[in-house]
Amino acid sequence: MTAITPSASLKLYARRRRAHKIAMVLSNLATLLGLIALVWILATLLIKGFGGLSLAVFTQSTPPPGEDGGLINAIYGSVIQTAVATLIGTPVGILAGTYMAEYGRNSKLTTAVRFINDILLSAPSIVVGLFVYEMMVQPMGHFSAWAGCVALAILVLPVVVRTTEDMLLLVPDSLREAASALGAPRWMVIQKVCYRAARAGLVTGMLLAVARISGETAPLLFTSLNNQFWSTNMNASMANLPVVIFQFATAPYEDWQRLAWVGALLITVAVLVLNILARTLSSPQSNAR
Amino acid sequence: MQTRPNVELTKTVLTEPIAEALREKVTIRNLNFYYGDYQALKGISLPLYDRKVTAFIGPSGCGKSTLLRILNRMYDLYPGQRAEGEVLLDGENIVDPKTDLNLLRARIGMVFQKPTPFPMSIYDNIAFGIRLYEKVPKSEMNDRVEDALKRTALWDEVKDKLHASGLGLSGGQQQRLCIARSVAVRPQVLLLDEPTSALDPISTAKIEELIYQLKVDYTIAIVTHNMQQAARAADFSAFMYLGELIEFGTTDQVFTKPRESRTEDYITGRFG
Repeated sequence: MTAITPSASLKLYARRRRAHKIAMVLSNLATLLGLIALVWILATLLIKGFGGLSLAVFTQSTPPPGEDGGLINAIYGSVIQTAVATLIGTPVGILAGTYMAEYGRNSKLTTAVRFINDILLSAPSIVVGLFVYEMMVQPMGHFSAWAGCVALAILVLPVVVRTTEDMLLLVPDSLREAASALGAPRWMVIQKVCYRAARAGLVTGMLLAVARISGETAPLLFTSLNNQFWSTNMNASMANLPVVIFQFATAPYEDWQRLAWVGALLITVAVLVLNILARTLSSPQSNAR
Repeated sequence: MQTRPNVELTKTVLTEPIAEALREKVTIRNLNFYYGDYQALKGISLPLYDRKVTAFIGPSGCGKSTLLRILNRMYDLYPGQRAEGEVLLDGENIVDPKTDLNLLRARIGMVFQKPTPFPMSIYDNIAFGIRLYEKVPKSEMNDRVEDALKRTALWDEVKDKLHASGLGLSGGQQQRLCIARSVAVRPQVLLLDEPTSALDPISTAKIEELIYQLKVDYTIAIVTHNMQQAARAADFSAFMYLGELIEFGTTDQVFTKPRESRTEDYITGRFG
């Protein structure tokens, strides 16, 4: 081995500093680029969206071109379909995640389910829409809000399964042992201790799933389609914000385009609120309670 | 009733003068334990005397925690772990697969190395165990919770915040809460798995004081790495090494006149 001379080590040091500087500049540029895009999108959304906001948006249904109208039918449709999808998808997802983390931790079934769940998690939502179209819309012969709910529920499922498993695995085994040592049967250990310890995480998972489906367009195009009029019939096609935005934004009518911007703003704000809620709930302080 | 004491062990014990009559609450006979193919305990035979404290001591990995976790069948939570032999609780073999685990664990309480308060209020931590077995009216539940907290000398510290989270207590308080939680179920035997190894000296002293008071009512087995703790708190000590019981006797005898050279080496700090 040759001794490292001072000048050699200085050279090495200078080279590292140069590499460091280049890396810094590049990563700062990347961040800036991302931020610019984000701010641009949000600013456009805010300016165009707020411009169209009015009381009519929340009181009237989507208009034919050239007439005044609002988005209430689409807002109602989005809220109800998201809610029903969450109600269907969350319990199934939590139970599946519970099986994986609590009962079948080492079983082959769990490994298989986890693998398939990960595929479903990243599956294009249009595939899910097509699937429900084949399974429900075709046999029933018409578009329906129920089909929309099922399509969205299928999208909720993998998110909830994943977070439930992850959050339950974070609960230390010592807590399970402690509850078992008192003589609590397994189901009670899970229900009273593990769920409680993981509560914030479970709620976060659910909220993230809601946030994910509230902007989905593709699965609804095949299932609940759209409805120009106020409708609460779950067996008929139903309006919803994403599809209305898609339809109105691409139409040549200025008032439709304005309403599309308002709809986009509403969804963005809703998703933002859900994300903030999820973050607050999963923060360390709320976990400690 | 199987009260016939193990001949070999009796010899050990009876070399010391013991004023009072001893009754075997738990009798461990020729116990083997396996983690899959690995044999962790080899032919352990040992009594736990009623209302006495027995300490399991020995270097890490000697099987003392394993032995403790057999006494309430904790190993049943994990597949691939099995025990062979006899563990008699008042004459009834609890290693028998037919034993009702939940009822067994109501009779044999356990406290772990790290405090494990449940993510609920102090009150509910105690009430959790009671509710598993009894339907108790509110007023009686209040009494039971208070009684359990008083027994563990925690009442004065928490009486004004019973409905605050158990996670907000200090480590020592949490550990006493866990002991209170076990005591509230009214077990007969208490298993303590290194209950003070995560605590500061003052909290440790409090727990040891508590052990001293609890043995009036309970048979206690304690696993400890701390020689002084065993010497202070235990009436009997069992020294284990590599899955075997090397020596069992009164704490006094084991610490002052160990019969085995390995016991002496360990106690004097020459290995382990």
